[in-house]
Amino acid sequence: MLDGAQPSVLDVKDLKTVFKTRRGEVHAVNNVSFHLKAGELLGVVGESGSGKSVTMMSLIGLVPAPPAVVSGEGVYFEGQNLLTATDDELRAVRGARIGFVFQDPMTSLNPVFNVGFQLMEPLRKHMGMSKAKARVRAKELLELVGIPDAERRLKDYPHQFSGGMRQRVMIAIALACDPKVLIADEPTTALDVTIQAQILELMKDLRDKLGMAVVWITHDLGVIAGIADRVLVMYGGQVVEHAPVRELFANPKHPYTRALLETVPHVRGERAERLEVIEGQPPILRAHPTACPFRDRCDKAFDRCARENPSRYPVGPVHDVACFWDPETGGARDV
Amino acid sequence: MLTFTIRRLFMAIPTLLFISLIIFLILDLAPSDPTASLPLTIPPEVRAEIRASLGLDEPIHIRFALWLQQFFVNEPLNLIEQWTGLTIGDGDRTRVISWQTRSPVVDIIAQRMPQTLWVVGTAYVVGILIALPIGIYSAYRQYSIFDQAGTFITMVGFSVPPFFSGVLVIVIFAVQLGWFPSVYDTTHVVVDWDSFVVQLKQMILPVMVLALQITSQISRFMRASMLDNLNQDYVRTARAKGLTESVVVMVHVLRNSMIPVVTVIALGVPQVFGGAIITEQVFKVNGLGHLLIGAIQGGDIPTVQTLTFIFAVLIVLFNLIADVLYGILDPRIRYD
Repeated sequence: MLDGAQPSVLDVKDLKTVFKTRRGEVHAVNNVSFHLKAGELLGVVGESGSGKSVTMMSLIGLVPAPPAVVSGEGVYFEGQNLLTATDDELRAVRGARIGFVFQDPMTSLNPVFNVGFQLMEPLRKHMGMSKAKARVRAKELLELVGIPDAERRLKDYPHQFSGGMRQRVMIAIALACDPKVLIADEPTTALDVTIQAQILELMKDLRDKLGMAVVWITHDLGVIAGIADRVLVMYGGQVVEHAPVRELFANPKHPYTRALLETVPHVRGERAERLEVIEGQPPILRAHPTACPFRDRCDKAFDRCARENPSRYPVGPVHDVACFWDPETGGARDV
Repeated sequence: MLTFTIRRLFMAIPTLLFISLIIFLILDLAPSDPTASLPLTIPPEVRAEIRASLGLDEPIHIRFALWLQQFFVNEPLNLIEQWTGLTIGDGDRTRVISWQTRSPVVDIIAQRMPQTLWVVGTAYVVGILIALPIGIYSAYRQYSIFDQAGTFITMVGFSVPPFFSGVLVIVIFAVQLGWFPSVYDTTHVVVDWDSFVVQLKQMILPVMVLALQITSQISRFMRASMLDNLNQDYVRTARAKGLTESVVVMVHVLRNSMIPVVTVIALGVPQVFGGAIITEQVFKVNGLGHLLIGAIQGGDIPTVQTLTFIFAVLIVLFNLIADVLYGILDPRIRYD
């Protein structure tokens, strides 16, 4: 794509996901393209309903189909196109070379099996380990994610762990087979702030130690600032801005990104300020968008925004934005 | 878990004593007379003597105490003697005697029990074995043609009473096709393969009628419980681990879904012993349901009382079993 120096471990091209329900269609993911380099941490931000999670679930076949229909030019992972892969081929990738951590650790673990069993499952399935070998590895994994007394804790059930500890177990499961890519879907949202910080530190550590690429889905810009290398901003099921993290915070181009950054409350400064909000709701797209999905909430919108859906225009070396408005000139972009 | 079970067993004793008192008091209100079925030529004063000899002129608390002694001391001792061949005491004990047949109630129940267990028990097992896969698959393919057909059939199974479905299968399979007998022969003894086939044939129709009801009920439970669990986050986690659908559904979802269903199944077992009153009547199965309804009609208080109390014991027992199973299946529930 924009920088072709390093080979991408994951290359998503033109991904589309449509939910075909009895009450009509919902176009949840619209022509999303992005790539992920080895060892990189890609942040994906956006409001609830912006299509962040569905995008990541779609590319590995985790959205329920039907009702979902996933299409696109390709999702290339280590040379394999996951969009044309069979269910069995996808299963061989899921949990082995692509790991997942989900939002709510309270409900993401099966309550009736002990964590040892749940941790050993991918090891035995993907690595063909014997029970004894898998147990040794499971213990190592729990130690890796910082769970004390790992040997004994293997026999414990999820309800015997605190929220933060359960999320560590989830991370251990995701890391079990040394994945190339870890997809973390709001892994800290359900945790309280001190635990959030611990999990963030842990993830940074593990990324450095294991060298995997991470996709970090969140709506928390503070988290993104602290952890990501590059950021995708999503809105209405499409990528509206893509930039390295410093660039994005220093020089946001899309009105939505700018508005998002303004909503972050400042700790320093005058206290009387009201919290900034973006008025309105993200749209539910009943059809493929033919206009900018953000135009109704955008104070910069003009007539072209209602006629055409902007594609992603490069504005810097690794920076592109899907908007007809140019903050440099304060007028329409010359495209 | 063990201490819990033992504690619950001890707690069952006062519960059952109380239940026996309630049963006794309610049945005492019944205006029945043990001499009513005796010939009319017996003069009233002889009848009064017969009643006195049965202990019926005693006050109510004495009669209750006597019943307790008969049921909890005399009958168990008698059972032990029968099983072990030993003689305990002088062997002269008053047993609970049926007013209708003048034979000990427990002996009659022991005679009737096998028929009920064969027919109703088989129907229960068959019903569950059919219901579980139907429930699982209906939930997994919710709103599919299979699910819709299953919903329709279970609705029929729920709503058609056995006195209709029983007669219907008799008309079809016994009268029109002549495949199976319409009457269950209680005296039939299984000695070899041929007699076993005869036994199977006479069981099929009542089992079919009962299993339809049981399947309808359990498969609905199973389906609902599976649906509750299929959308849980841990199912997505299991899929994200790359597990096959069969492991996801049959290991992860099923284990969770079985928790409420096992309880329902365990709580249904006492009903098996209670017999299926209507179905037993339709097919002339000489089981416990048949016995109970006959005893009620004949004003045979000791039989009704003993049967009702045995059902109460079974209900208390299987409640306990359901609770223990619940604790085994769900690690979040610990009783100690």
